[in-house]
Amino acid sequence: MISKNGLLHRRAVVAELLRERGDLLVIAGLGAPNWDVTAAGDHPNTFPLWGAMGSAAMIGLGLALAQPKRRILVITGDGEMLMALGALATIAVQKPGNLTICVLDNERFGETGMQETHTAHGVDLAGIAKATGFATSLIVRKPDEVTKLRDLAHSGAGPIFAQVKIDPEALPFVLPPAEGGILKNRFRASVLGEAALYN
Amino acid sequence: MAAATKLSESRPQDWLQAVFAILTELDVRQVAIVPDAGHSRLIRLCEADPKKRVVTLTTEEEGVALLAGAWLGGEKGVLLIQSSGVGNCINMLSLMQTCQLPLLMLVTMRGDWGEFNPWQVPMGQGTEPALEAMGVIVRRADEPHLVAPAVLGAANLAFNTSRAVAVLIGQSVLGAKNFNELAKPR
Repeated sequence: MISKNGLLHRRAVVAELLRERGDLLVIAGLGAPNWDVTAAGDHPNTFPLWGAMGSAAMIGLGLALAQPKRRILVITGDGEMLMALGALATIAVQKPGNLTICVLDNERFGETGMQETHTAHGVDLAGIAKATGFATSLIVRKPDEVTKLRDLAHSGAGPIFAQVKIDPEALPFVLPPAEGGILKNRFRASVLGEAALYN
Repeated sequence: MAAATKLSESRPQDWLQAVFAILTELDVRQVAIVPDAGHSRLIRLCEADPKKRVVTLTTEEEGVALLAGAWLGGEKGVLLIQSSGVGNCINMLSLMQTCQLPLLMLVTMRGDWGEFNPWQVPMGQGTEPALEAMGVIVRRADEPHLVAPAVLGAANLAFNTSRAVAVLIGQSVLGAKNFNELAKPR
């Protein structure tokens, strides 16, 4: 799970987070986190984003409030999360006990040429989440910590925030369906039952 | 459609109560807000209703994403914002158009009828074309008795056909703020 740089491999992290996922609901942020989540197995209980940068955490909150008995895991990137720092404050105020936000932090805008993000210059995302009032906020660097995060996402007291330090590797894309109507309808049918398709 | 029936019997100044009744009748659960004076009474009514969750946002586009998540989880919501906040929502509205998600936005206008503050005018005048550029259906209500029917129609259009629909509530309904009056010593 560890690269020669001493950093976690992103696909191995996501595979572990989604191991025996049960009825976990997943929001995947745009870009590489989407491809990572899809590489772990395309699933109707995943809503993968191809755009709307900065939306992942808040989609997670709306879903968490609507489905309080389900566990919600948002997996996104550091660039995507940096675009929505205010969302961390909004989520902290709402205190959704069933929501975990996991940021795969490669300190890069990976899709656009690996330009450095703010986290490459010391901006502490986990510290920001802690300061807003997240129940748990941690930085993950080791495989056993990934397993602990996987368990927290399934049964820990939320809202939980985790910044997972990953290797800035460029991997082949693994693409889920791109059409939004398909993604919406398969997710709603899976979560709410086939009746959801009949409005 | 009990809310619609009540509407025809209501007095013009009852539009806020009528809008609240429509939201309740439709089982709207998540109320996403960046406060505006024009929405303040409606926000108070929603806060007092245990079946509604009021989510205060730091910026309006958070509300667009929130309500996308709400619909994915089977709940309806409404976004209560001021016209200046429409500009903050633009790219996030891609979600609604691409994924065919419903969105009901109630937008109180600034920079329009009777405006005092020139800084409000650019986004106020840009509100309608900006929304329409992003595929949002826009309806205006410039008289009090037109607000509740506009909201009812917009809500049904949004939730029945999975579209983003905005109702722009004019300053002629809400009253324009007089900054000279506010600047007088008290």
